[in-house]
Amino acid sequence: MDKETKKVLFEPLVDNNPITLQVLGVCSALAVTSQMSTSLIMALALTSVTACSSAAISAVRQHTPSSIRIIVQMIIIASLVIVVDQLLKAFAFDVSKKLSVFVGLIITNCIVMGRAEAYAMKNPPLQSFIDGIGNGAGYSLILILVALVRETLGSGKLLGIEILPLVKDGGWYVPNGLMLLPPSAFFVIGLIIWAFRTWKPKQVEHNEFKIMAIAHGEGGHH
Amino acid sequence: MPNSENKTNNFNEQLSNYYQQFRVYADRILALSNDSLEKTVNVALALCLVCAVLVSIATVALRPLQAHNKALDMKKNILDVAGLLDEGTDIDQAFKERIEAKLVDITTGEYVDGNVDEYDQRKAAKDPAQNEVIPPEKDIASIRTKAKVAKVFLVKNGDKLQSIILPINGYGLWSTMYGFLALEADGQTVQSINLYDQGETPGLGGEVVNPNWRALWKGKKVYGDSGEVALTLVKGTVDNSRPDAATKVDGLAGATLTSRGVSNLILYWMGPEGFAPYLNKIKANG
Repeated sequence: MDKETKKVLFEPLVDNNPITLQVLGVCSALAVTSQMSTSLIMALALTSVTACSSAAISAVRQHTPSSIRIIVQMIIIASLVIVVDQLLKAFAFDVSKKLSVFVGLIITNCIVMGRAEAYAMKNPPLQSFIDGIGNGAGYSLILILVALVRETLGSGKLLGIEILPLVKDGGWYVPNGLMLLPPSAFFVIGLIIWAFRTWKPKQVEHNEFKIMAIAHGEGGHH
Repeated sequence: MPNSENKTNNFNEQLSNYYQQFRVYADRILALSNDSLEKTVNVALALCLVCAVLVSIATVALRPLQAHNKALDMKKNILDVAGLLDEGTDIDQAFKERIEAKLVDITTGEYVDGNVDEYDQRKAAKDPAQNEVIPPEKDIASIRTKAKVAKVFLVKNGDKLQSIILPINGYGLWSTMYGFLALEADGQTVQSINLYDQGETPGLGGEVVNPNWRALWKGKKVYGDSGEVALTLVKGTVDNSRPDAATKVDGLAGATLTSRGVSNLILYWMGPEGFAPYLNKIKANG
């Protein structure tokens, strides 16, 4: 693997993560992460859609009239999302029931459109495909981390396997109901962003304004 | 045969002819400037065509599998309300062994003949040829129409009737809830309720699927002493010392309208407009 491919594939994991740095695709990250199984399927679905749509958009990029560029991207993304939705309904019915509208809403997921517009329109198909995989993986990583916290603390289980024995089953753990509700993902994602920025201080944004320092002895009045 | 061979050759020739023409046309279009109107229109059309074909193939090819999944899911719901669903149950087999589907004319309460496997009551309720419009003053459950024929399920234990599973639906706060109510063979004692399809507020009205709440229904009585539908939800928890506690179920906390919807759909479907005639026949036959 050459250096460029490596960069495209691994940079979105931490250094340029679509959720924690670009803060895209947050709404589905809130909605589907109360369970690990739905998070994994959602991550897989989004990664495959991002990769395939980036490759397809990149393949037709030289013949895409700029006036209908966004519509072209949307049609390709929407078609792929419908195909993924149909596949899930056929092969993973229970999970697709739980994910309900969120698979369909991949169409409006900013990560997919963002990669199409920012990367696939300017780069060849294979590289765009890898870029899609990379960004999908960055999204997946956060989803898995959030689901790990939420499902373990919220229901004491992980993928149906008991981790923390619940009080009602004779154990000691009182589940935290908040963790099963979407707002808890805000806290968890916030904590993850904090952790990432402590680890990589480069990600910390500078203030858009500066608080002016008042020099002593200048224009002071008595 | 030389004749048919000729025909095939002709056909192939024509096909390659068309292909050549298409290539010439495509090359001309691709060479145009991206911003020309002709290219824009052509690219848009071609893209739509390709995507439409892709989507159609996916839907058509996967439909049988999806239909099978849906049917299996429905069987699962029915087994669940019948209390026959355990981890690792072979759904198809358990369904075949224990459950018998029957068609019932709702008005008369008599069994009717028909293709039980193919009949879809939810579809029939929307089909003007098979449904009945409920007059507004009688439409307690706010469902507007109902199918004339209902599909009920009988749970058998050997030859003995163990329980009756009735399809019910009614409007909650946001959505029409669809479900099953399982009654014991006496047509009076509730075994379980399963509102498998609903779009109520998650965490509040959506708690109609909560196993703990559903467990409260077991053993409740549908009809009061004078034969009227008495089973309703109450605000808060049921005080077990009250004389009518057997016909009262805890309401859902923070979901007054969903709770009212559940009460209403029970009132409607267990009443004379719903399954009362059918249940009376069952009771009469012992």
